[in-house]
Amino acid sequence: MFTLVGCRSRIYPVFELNGAMSRAAPGDLAELRDAVGEAIAVEEPLEVVAGGSKRGLGRPLQLPRTLDLSRLAGIRDYQPAELVLTAGAATPIEEIETVLAGAGQMLAFEPPDWRALFGWPTTTSGHPSLGGVLACNLSGPRRIKAGAARDHFLGFRGVSGRGEIFKAGGKVVKNVTGYDLCKLIAGSYGTLAALEEVTIKVLPRPETVSTVFLCRIGAATAVHKLGQALASPHEISGAVYIPALITDFAWLPGANAILALRLEGPAPSVAFRRERLLIEMGSECEAGLLDHEASVTFWHAIRDLAVVSGLDGRSVWRISVAPSRGVELADTIAHGLDAVWYLDWGGGLVWAAVAGADDGGAAAIRAAIRGADGRGTGHATLIKGSPELRQSIPVFEPQTPPLAALARRIKDAFDPRGILNPGRMIKGS
Amino acid sequence: MRMPEPDPATVAQRAEIIAALQSIVPGEGVVVSEAERRAYESDGLTAYRQLPLVVVLPSTVEQVAAVLRFCGERGVKVVPRGAGTSLSGGALPLADGVLLGMAKFNRILEVDYENRCAVVQPGVPNLAITKAVEDAGFFYAPDPSSQIACTIGGNVAENSGGVHCLKYGLTTNNILGIEMVLMDGEIVRLGGKYLDAEHYDLLGVMTGSEGLLGVVTEVTVRLLPKPTMARALLIGFPTTDDSANCVTAVIAAGIIPAGMEMMDRPAIHAAEAFVRAGYPLDVEALLIIELDGPPAEVDDLIGRVEEIARKHKATAIRPSRDEAERLAFWSGRKAAFPAVGRISPDYYCMDGTIPRARLAEVLGRTRSLSERYGLAVANVFHAGDGNLHPLILYDANKPDEVERAEAFGADLLRLCVEVGGVLTGEHGVGVEKRDLMGTMFDETDLAHQQRLKCAFDPDGLLNPGKVFPQLHRCAELGRLHVHAGRLPFPDLPRF
Repeated sequence: MFTLVGCRSRIYPVFELNGAMSRAAPGDLAELRDAVGEAIAVEEPLEVVAGGSKRGLGRPLQLPRTLDLSRLAGIRDYQPAELVLTAGAATPIEEIETVLAGAGQMLAFEPPDWRALFGWPTTTSGHPSLGGVLACNLSGPRRIKAGAARDHFLGFRGVSGRGEIFKAGGKVVKNVTGYDLCKLIAGSYGTLAALEEVTIKVLPRPETVSTVFLCRIGAATAVHKLGQALASPHEISGAVYIPALITDFAWLPGANAILALRLEGPAPSVAFRRERLLIEMGSECEAGLLDHEASVTFWHAIRDLAVVSGLDGRSVWRISVAPSRGVELADTIAHGLDAVWYLDWGGGLVWAAVAGADDGGAAAIRAAIRGADGRGTGHATLIKGSPELRQSIPVFEPQTPPLAALARRIKDAFDPRGILNPGRMIKGS
Repeated sequence: MRMPEPDPATVAQRAEIIAALQSIVPGEGVVVSEAERRAYESDGLTAYRQLPLVVVLPSTVEQVAAVLRFCGERGVKVVPRGAGTSLSGGALPLADGVLLGMAKFNRILEVDYENRCAVVQPGVPNLAITKAVEDAGFFYAPDPSSQIACTIGGNVAENSGGVHCLKYGLTTNNILGIEMVLMDGEIVRLGGKYLDAEHYDLLGVMTGSEGLLGVVTEVTVRLLPKPTMARALLIGFPTTDDSANCVTAVIAAGIIPAGMEMMDRPAIHAAEAFVRAGYPLDVEALLIIELDGPPAEVDDLIGRVEEIARKHKATAIRPSRDEAERLAFWSGRKAAFPAVGRISPDYYCMDGTIPRARLAEVLGRTRSLSERYGLAVANVFHAGDGNLHPLILYDANKPDEVERAEAFGADLLRLCVEVGGVLTGEHGVGVEKRDLMGTMFDETDLAHQQRLKCAFDPDGLLNPGKVFPQLHRCAELGRLHVHAGRLPFPDLPRF
């Protein structure tokens, strides 16, 4: 029988209960099914959480029940030579990374920890969990080379909004048997199924990391340089541009308008590629290097959004566009709004922190994506904003009517009673 | 293998359906005569044949939309087809279904080096993309063996892999967007020249959906910069166990080669006799390990892999000295299927994936099955990712050999699942493995997959008879069994 804990429990001090009437904390798959079944029966929707580190994402929920997955934790099978790890969905990322590091491996998609962005202390607040990172499909700067969380998600077991136990995928790295439901679940923010166990692909940790820094790079030059680096055969695994405006926020003392490129691999390879990159990129500007340790620290900071953390009162947007459009888009946004910005993913990911707009800048940002001719593509997600703002504007990019209808039918298929995180992604759904 | 019973009412309306299709796709775009339809009766899984009701070859997305809208309204089934190279019968026609051929969508629409992507029509052959961009220093990574012929639209439908997917991923990891048409004729776009989905990842769902959810009419693929160089190692071992241990040791050493292929003795001998690749013949197993990257990296890793191989009792180690030799090493592996075709009248190619640690056991049990069924087997194996391709040798002209080969194949796939693997690593379920889905998934698992199908195609008109062993009506799947006035969990505490 699963544990039911009343309001304001002392067992879960790490995040607010948001007035939830009850909390179910299942300890195994059968208890998870019963918890969802119970919610269906009494028609009381569930907010699905594990560590609770992502409760600031998506639309704010005020639901009568909380489904706490945090007891479904622990690594259940890890075969380094198979490149596969199976764990309870709520296993903390930190625990997984420690175990992987012991075998010289890693989560190649660099799951971010955004607690600092939300101003939550990382020592006492809930930990990012593997299931949470997969459910939100969150990836770090290595996304451009190694793929997103969804690209490493091999299989799962869980309970759908129908209160039924089901599984999909497998426990091997190559599998095309049946629909790829892992892709459907990745980025569904807990609206389709509550995960109990997940299997992921893991990869060897690079022996050496090095970072090439170009300083005092103007925005127009940055687009060109990022494109040039990523079109080179040097296997760049991180490519960010931080313009002067934001480096002035004293996050990186002494740095000014920097473009950083990461190289990873065996030592002789990294040394060779670093030399080539400096020759190819560094002729017109001052270039510098970060060694292994400094590189690891720098890219962790990039991964965890240190650049836009601590900008109190600003709404933080994640905007994905064609890499060549990143700077132009950021310029347009900063022209119309009080916004600071920087680029990740070689220019394809714009992080913009906006102040002083009633809608957090939503209309201007989404208009900028569509562009002057209305044909531009991409999407903007509000990552950090007040609950009122996240309640009043679409947090995720609005879809065309046929796609919105399709998404609605999928939600209805997996969660016909709207029991799992209803309203997390779309109002009333 | 039974396909859904043809609907006599649809067959009776054939003339009317043809007329309607001709009004949508004028000229020679509708293939009516039996002789011409014969070309479409099968795909790469030639054991199954069926003449389609009619073939339509549209050339614009509007025509595709009109064909699907018409078929959707009339309740006529549709089977989409690319180049017809599916090894699982994914494009097997239906007697009461329209075969929708996408061959006329054969143009590369845009190459965008600035954003490192290309926008192509689905009928463009896989290899043609790399050919179009290689002079600029780029390539499209997934490289299925059929890449000269197979099309990118089919690759999306099957989530195709290839010998280099260990390092570079499958189709799903290498496409950015698609335009597609739903069964009701609605044209939608998923993704574009940017990363990640804005809502549910339907691009990920479409990839590998085997033509059951929608018809792809345009694909945006990622282009990667070509590695500076590639070198391959040819390594022979006295036992398959030694070669399997060597593969494990390479991965454990933190090396992910661009490709890591294994062949067993029968496959080595067949390939060598066919293309004279220079393979050692006195070994039980052969590995081809390819490393790519800058010369400094490749030379370093070649040295490390050689050392690992020696520790694992390799009896022959040959690093390629130049590009010609590297290609020669691959020529035997790439010709393994036709080479086996030379030593046996027919062969049946299987495609399970297993945890690599179980390889020795699986190969041992494969030998026992081979003896029990009285059919020889040659093994080629994407060793890096555990994807087995046992080739079962048989003669279709001998009584009951087809049945025995199929039964042997089914046993092999059950074995893959039993040791913790899966039914198919890259060829798809199609009709071939449809009835084995129950060995991996229970009824509830399959019902969840079919509900996804219902969200896209509520009447089940797109490629029915593939992937799922049983057809369920969507209304029946949608029911949630909560009985009126009675809670399903009466023992639970309430408050």
